[in-house]
Amino acid sequence: MSDTKAAKPEEKLTKKQLKADHPTWCPACGDFAVLASFFNVIQSLGLSQTEFVCVAGIGCSSRIPYFVNSHGIHFIHGRALPLATGISLSRPDQHVFVFGGDGDGFSIGGNHLNHAARKNINLTYIIMDNFVYGLTKNQTSPTTPIGRRSKTDPAGSVDRPINPMMQLLGSGATFIARSHATHVKHMDAIFERAIKHDGFSVVEVLSECTMFYPGAFDAAIPRKGGEFNIVDEEIHDTNSINKAFELAQLDFPGKFGVFYEKSRPSKNSLEQKWIEEVQANLGDLSPQDLMRKNFVAMH
Amino acid sequence: MNSVGASPQATKDEALRNAVIRLAGNSQDGIQAVGGMLGRLAGRTAQDVMTYMTIPSTISGGPSIFQVHLGSGEVLHAGDEADVLVAFYQHSYDDHIAALKDGGICLYDTEKVEKTRNERGIHHIGVPFTAATVEAIGGTARDRGKNIFVLGLLCAMFRLDKVNLVGIIERQFGKKGEDILRNCLNAFDAGFAFQTTDLRQFHFAPGEARHSKRISSDGNTMLGLGLIAAGIRYGAGYPITPWSSIMELLRRELPKYGGVFMQAEDELAAVAIALGVGYAGHLAVTGSSGPGLSLKAETLGYASMAELPLLVINVQRGGPSTGLPTSVEQSDLLQAIYGSHGDSPRIVVAPKNVEDCFYIALEAAQLARRCSCPVIILSDQALATRIEAFNEPNLEEHWIEPELDLSARAADFKPYPVDGLTRHAPPGTPMEEGTYPKVTGLEHDEMGHPSGNPENHQKMTDKRRDKLIQLAAELQLPEVYREEDGEILLVGWGSTYGPIREACDRLRDKGLCASATHIRHLHPLPKGLDQLLAKYERVFVVEMNDSGLYGNGQLATILRAAYCLPSIQSICKTDGLAYRVREIVDGIEKHLA
Repeated sequence: MSDTKAAKPEEKLTKKQLKADHPTWCPACGDFAVLASFFNVIQSLGLSQTEFVCVAGIGCSSRIPYFVNSHGIHFIHGRALPLATGISLSRPDQHVFVFGGDGDGFSIGGNHLNHAARKNINLTYIIMDNFVYGLTKNQTSPTTPIGRRSKTDPAGSVDRPINPMMQLLGSGATFIARSHATHVKHMDAIFERAIKHDGFSVVEVLSECTMFYPGAFDAAIPRKGGEFNIVDEEIHDTNSINKAFELAQLDFPGKFGVFYEKSRPSKNSLEQKWIEEVQANLGDLSPQDLMRKNFVAMH
Repeated sequence: MNSVGASPQATKDEALRNAVIRLAGNSQDGIQAVGGMLGRLAGRTAQDVMTYMTIPSTISGGPSIFQVHLGSGEVLHAGDEADVLVAFYQHSYDDHIAALKDGGICLYDTEKVEKTRNERGIHHIGVPFTAATVEAIGGTARDRGKNIFVLGLLCAMFRLDKVNLVGIIERQFGKKGEDILRNCLNAFDAGFAFQTTDLRQFHFAPGEARHSKRISSDGNTMLGLGLIAAGIRYGAGYPITPWSSIMELLRRELPKYGGVFMQAEDELAAVAIALGVGYAGHLAVTGSSGPGLSLKAETLGYASMAELPLLVINVQRGGPSTGLPTSVEQSDLLQAIYGSHGDSPRIVVAPKNVEDCFYIALEAAQLARRCSCPVIILSDQALATRIEAFNEPNLEEHWIEPELDLSARAADFKPYPVDGLTRHAPPGTPMEEGTYPKVTGLEHDEMGHPSGNPENHQKMTDKRRDKLIQLAAELQLPEVYREEDGEILLVGWGSTYGPIREACDRLRDKGLCASATHIRHLHPLPKGLDQLLAKYERVFVVEMNDSGLYGNGQLATILRAAYCLPSIQSICKTDGLAYRVREIVDGIEKHLA
């Protein structure tokens, strides 16, 4: 794998340096806060623009790469995770950030989420969950609650929504957390831990679609009469998958914080280990001589 | 004396230039192993070889054949008819006796086969394969080893280089343990020494291949090694027949070179992973067979739009849908060229034989890097599995070390310059002016910002198309076999190269003025190909796909649309088997009648 290391900057980036295009989101969209929190964390970790890359699929939230002045790629619907896997595996010098919504991550890209998680690909995935398809203007999403009316469920949604935390726990992700776009400080702390985690880290952020599903997450906003209950890590053992499943089954809006955190070798490190073992047994052969060995077997 | 069956009254020891041996049995009998060893021997003894096999698409069992065409001179095809048939079972005998030429030799297992046909001067030789093998090995495994017994028999019959052949057996079976190797050698010796009064003997004229480093291999192996020589260190794929052996090879070999091949959860992920590596600065490969290419189509369109380099291998098989997974067809050409939504230009190339699989991988990688777009290599099941002997590639000349260019980009850097080729700045690249580039599947301006501007969309469509038109002007025109103009030109692509050339010779023998050409660059076609084709009165495009609603195969359709030449006609078939020379000759004679 590549041993290229990007140059370390001398000073931390300013917000101005980090901002690119003005976001195309609707006024008061929750995603603005997610982006602001992401900037906060990049600054506090002192990352430079040559040390990270932003990847996204399709959806409102997936527009983020245009709004961050860093290397970035806007890919197709649902496949941001495998694309990011290719970047992560071949460029260990890069922090890989993947952004997307509930449709991108849990519906069209659902299979990739399961496999990137179980393989423990070293990257950070931020899912901005708004319980609705916003970019295509109000259709039912995989997290839309039963009974909610949309353009594709005029009589109210009938399909049981997926429970993102349950799904992520089942898939084998090694850092699983939940946050809320109206609580920027909480997001900052969670994102920072996610980035520092070695392996597949994923954060579901409830991020309100003010255009098509206003008030969806009021139940977790104190100034709107809701309760923002944080996971108390003095009591909750983040290493216990059973405890994490218990948290995941609480009634909406549930709790916010780190549900599960486990140290397990990433695919990146396991592949690197294999490469080192294989190469250690080869001696000092040039690459051409290595291939000539294949040819000798064909003589 | 040219071939085994040419004279039924042959003497006891005849000098041969060619022999076609067809082994017919079941897929678990190891006839592929025997055929493979004969192919390997040909490479070692300066002979030429081409093999042909059919495999049932079952996990284990089912009738299967392996045909080996050995020759002292150039061998271009696997043989229309067999000189020798080795029949392991009654069904092998019944199904393949017709493939034996008049006066040919049928070796059969006297315990399993009842000789039922006394026709066409066929010389039957009954040998108790099973009993003799059991006796030689000691009766341990009843059905094992009779393939090696037959190999010994053939070695004696054709006076093959025994020392060399034993060396090949030792290398192949030595790693499986001493007992297995001993059994193999015992079975081989028993076959070699088997006494039968009517076993005729032949010997080959000395091989004419002069190169000291001859190797024998199959198309999938050479494609895989070619990719590594082309500087490919990363890739991703999903198992599908007959592509899988390339991904198995890359998974095993790449770590030696510091790379990784990933088995992905599906075809969509496989192509996305490879493209992600490409975006990150290293050209990567994905591959599949027909149905898998369909699944990758959306990302191919993205790679065209975002102008990212990507290598895609498609080992074609019989289609549509699950089709005939272990048969050969060339019916993915249109999918390869056009398969995606929107106008999504890409490059499509096809190797002409096993040796070319290595070189086409190198060329395809260079084209992907140069044009920053997807490049599809169209191989097929026949090429993937057949064995040929050829000169070992010179790696001093043919080797590309991968480079990651993270040099700082100047202030005037544009990822999508309207009047130039795209050269992306991968993640990690410092941008001197401080603005970082975006790569996107939305229509975009020169900086990669989304743009719905009508004028811009037209300009960018032009840019993505024109780089291929520019490339077409630089591509070499395909060589013409025989004459630069005349009455008949045979046009082919892919694995049919050898049979078409042989058909060309046979048409000449019949007094027809025939020439042949083979197209490796299928999209874009080399500039000037229209003039080349226009020099012939009749142009026959020979393909293994359907002639469709309008009577033209897939390449013929493209050539007719591109060049408006009414002289272009199609010779097509879709029986899932590689072209026999006679089928091509017959097809052309039918058109001319």
